[in-house]
Amino acid sequence: MHKRVTFDHKLLPYLLLAPQLAITLVFFIWPASQALWQSVLQEDAFGLSSRFVGLDNFARLARSAEYLGSLRVTLVFSAAVTAFGMGIALLLAMMADHVIRGATGYKTLLIWPYAVAPAIAGLLWFFMFHPTIGIVAWLLKGGGVLWNHHLNGTHAMVLIVIAATWKQVSYNFLFFLAGLQAIPRSLIEAAAIDGAGPGKRFRTIILPLLSPTTFFLLVVNLTYAFFDTFPIVHAVTEGGPGQATMILVYKVYKDGFVGLDLGGSAAQSVVLMAIVILLTVVQFRFIERRVQYG
Amino acid sequence: MVENRPLLTFVAHLTLLLGVAIVALPIWIVLVTSSQRLEDVIQAPIPMWFGDQLLQNYTDVLTAGVQGSFSGAVAPMLRNSLVMALGIAIGKIAISLLSAFAIVYFRFPLRMLCFWTIFLTLMLPVEVRILPTYKVVADLGMLNSYAGLTIPLIASATATFLFRQFFLTVPDELAEAARVDGAGPLKFFWDILLPLSRTNIAALFVILFIYGWNQYLWPLLITTDASMTTIVMSVQRMIEAADDTPEWPRIAAVGVLAMLPPVVIILTMQRWFVKGLIETEK
Repeated sequence: MHKRVTFDHKLLPYLLLAPQLAITLVFFIWPASQALWQSVLQEDAFGLSSRFVGLDNFARLARSAEYLGSLRVTLVFSAAVTAFGMGIALLLAMMADHVIRGATGYKTLLIWPYAVAPAIAGLLWFFMFHPTIGIVAWLLKGGGVLWNHHLNGTHAMVLIVIAATWKQVSYNFLFFLAGLQAIPRSLIEAAAIDGAGPGKRFRTIILPLLSPTTFFLLVVNLTYAFFDTFPIVHAVTEGGPGQATMILVYKVYKDGFVGLDLGGSAAQSVVLMAIVILLTVVQFRFIERRVQYG
Repeated sequence: MVENRPLLTFVAHLTLLLGVAIVALPIWIVLVTSSQRLEDVIQAPIPMWFGDQLLQNYTDVLTAGVQGSFSGAVAPMLRNSLVMALGIAIGKIAISLLSAFAIVYFRFPLRMLCFWTIFLTLMLPVEVRILPTYKVVADLGMLNSYAGLTIPLIASATATFLFRQFFLTVPDELAEAARVDGAGPLKFFWDILLPLSRTNIAALFVILFIYGWNQYLWPLLITTDASMTTIVMSVQRMIEAADDTPEWPRIAAVGVLAMLPPVVIILTMQRWFVKGLIETEK
């Protein structure tokens, strides 16, 4: 943490930190404190005056069927994206770790969705599932399913889960592969000599040794599903049909920026802040531990 | 490989090929669609091989855009995206290098407070402070400007931590030698620390360029002027317009153009990218 050799200068370190701190204070901390403050205020119908209402805005959220519905949608969406994204990535990483020939080639071919913006991932799958030209929609029609994510809430949800998962698999894949390659070969060979087959080795050696990576990815994926998927929802479904894909970050944008409900939107912001703080703290506690126990 | 199991190896290749196919399929379809004539892609099944309109479609969207989307030519959007991505990547790297240098190589009052203040930015993504941040940017007169697109995003806890981590591994002898030779802190930073950080800067640049290029919510909030639209943002209007005038080849061409720069960067700088990704998350 500390350097033995340092420079002596009274003013310079502050000057060096000034740009970073100025931006942090003006664009991060000040707006966040404003959100906190507004979350306990209520504006009158004309936006002329506001009064202190304590936790009323939060109580309103807790009673709002719409908000609870949005919470439920977010949980389903996040659970699905995290489970599929990590499951598929682990499977592919196991296979890439197994094959020696072509492993690098597969890696190159699997990583590029990382570079694709979530909104573009949404566009790609919108193309695949479009009721008139989408190839998947066409195949489904052959199988007797009339696909229409404009009208069917389940279809819309499946569509955004696929787009969000597709984009995230490459990230998870890279971390799982790095984790797998860090497992000492000698351990696996010793187990093989003792007669443990691939399935048993996976359960008793690989999975436990991979648990730090898995846990780390779990937190990162939940954060991704909660916050970074806004563009997919905004670009493809706009929260609909009805409220079927109204995830929390989309709702806070819609109520605040479009609906101009200041107090309600600020209270939603504060709830989201609590979620992101929780996830960050969990992530850093875990990393601290990983460093200590090596 | 521990033991030779031909069947398992076969299954492994099969699974990987299937994975690659699923990853590539949507990109392939959009690429192919962007080369078709409109009348060939009105109804599924659409062709799976290139048509003859590739050049024409791209020229059209670059100069005229997609009809009915009210978004105009795509070339200026690409320029806006490029300015934004470069501004964010370079800005984040520059101010994070300076802050990490200050935190590692100086002892001063409030040092830890500064460190934790920077840390806080990790916990405050745009999504949780949409309205108040918009208000700050509006009050500063930065709506619809490149400054507004980049400056509020260039605070970076991750980059600061990465450089701090790296500076801590730089041998003390270097700073000692520099001091003995009479070099001031800024000269040490410029002549020794910066050249040593080249690899980290390159790795971080790849990640941050992609991050900057792919910004969506932020430009959506602070740009209302069509001349400031970025290409990733325009996608939403394409999708909306598709309901009335489904100009699929052109919409596909815009999609391809929007993902081309970050994909090219990731493929050409793969080594840096993987290094940067794994390290920034530590």
